[in-house]
Amino acid sequence: MKHSLIALALLALVPALAHGAPASPIVTVHIHDYAYKPPAITITTGDTVRFINDDNDAHTVTSTDGLFDSKGLDTNGVWEHTFAKAGIYKYFCELHPYMKGTIIVKDVKA
Amino acid sequence: MRRNDFLSHVAWTGSGIAYALSGTGIFAGRALADAAPATQFVQISDSHIGFHQPANPDVGATLQASVDAINAMPVQPKFVVHTGDITHLSTQQQFDDARAILRQLRAPLIALPGEHDVLGNDFKTYRTNFGIKDAEDGGWASWDDGGVHYIALLNVFNFEKMGLMGNDQLSWLKKDLQSQYQQTPIVVFTHVPLYALYPQWGWTTEDGAQALAMLSGFDHVTILNGHIHQIVTHVEGNIHFASATATAYPQPQPGTAPNPGPLTLPHDQLLHAIGYRTVRLDNGTAGIEQHSLG
Repeated sequence: MKHSLIALALLALVPALAHGAPASPIVTVHIHDYAYKPPAITITTGDTVRFINDDNDAHTVTSTDGLFDSKGLDTNGVWEHTFAKAGIYKYFCELHPYMKGTIIVKDVKA
Repeated sequence: MRRNDFLSHVAWTGSGIAYALSGTGIFAGRALADAAPATQFVQISDSHIGFHQPANPDVGATLQASVDAINAMPVQPKFVVHTGDITHLSTQQQFDDARAILRQLRAPLIALPGEHDVLGNDFKTYRTNFGIKDAEDGGWASWDDGGVHYIALLNVFNFEKMGLMGNDQLSWLKKDLQSQYQQTPIVVFTHVPLYALYPQWGWTTEDGAQALAMLSGFDHVTILNGHIHQIVTHVEGNIHFASATATAYPQPQPGTAPNPGPLTLPHDQLLHAIGYRTVRLDNGTAGIEQHSLG
């Protein structure tokens, strides 16, 4: 009986193990002193970028190509976006357009 | 007092100071109380409802104080114009909160959008809540009143290029001005400055020069904007520019800080740096009286 319970417990773990592959990393970009820090990052497909607004003013993370838009990100606001396709993604702040950033996404197979 | 000193004085104290935009661009302080107002309206700007940082923890209260003071004017202005950034993040709740205060105005309200009112390139929420009555499809408008031609231009389209009006609006402006006499006083409202006031901080309109070229042929043109939360004046020929203070919080003078972020001041100084202004048009000349909240 005891062994059966252990076996059942192990079976119950199988799905969890199947989904236990390492999660895609999250890369953090801080918005600080009216700048994205760091202003340019390189990630691989499937990675997520987390933006955190440290300023006492609102900002946005807005794609120059209309591919993504955080909309208004208030102080201490957090916004994430996962990049599925390789490419070079440029973005800016809709409220302070001199704030610019770049995300280079490389194919995970490359 | 040197001109720059005077402008700083106006910007940071402001209370009850009257000034006129002369042909030389130099302010002339003068008493306005005993002059018969030809046309008088009020400008408020940059209320940023929803902002809750130390620079002004209660922007609703300072907008309310402005509205109360305007309503207490013994002679009500013909209208009150809000030159944009009514809200901080364009949310419906913030528009609702702003409407709850601004609907108390006794005088008619004309409200332009700032870039904070159209985040996500969404003009619909602004237009539903505050769109200018009888505006063109694009949201801009003009009207005549008391011998003055008023124009409300929207220059917060495509903010990646700083302020931008776009070709449709410029084409409309050209036609609109063709029906005006050279001597007709023209008053233009915008959110972002139409000229390159400080492009490093986005204080410019990329295609503003085209509009200014159209306006340059008129004898009396006054352009009143918001966006920069402080009084700055500028003259180009017959065109007189005057940026307004905010009802929310001040921003640094161009280039005097690493960024244009909100300035945090002691509360009494904050109240001196924000408020509203009355504008009186007398023979095409705009007399502006700044009213601080402190």
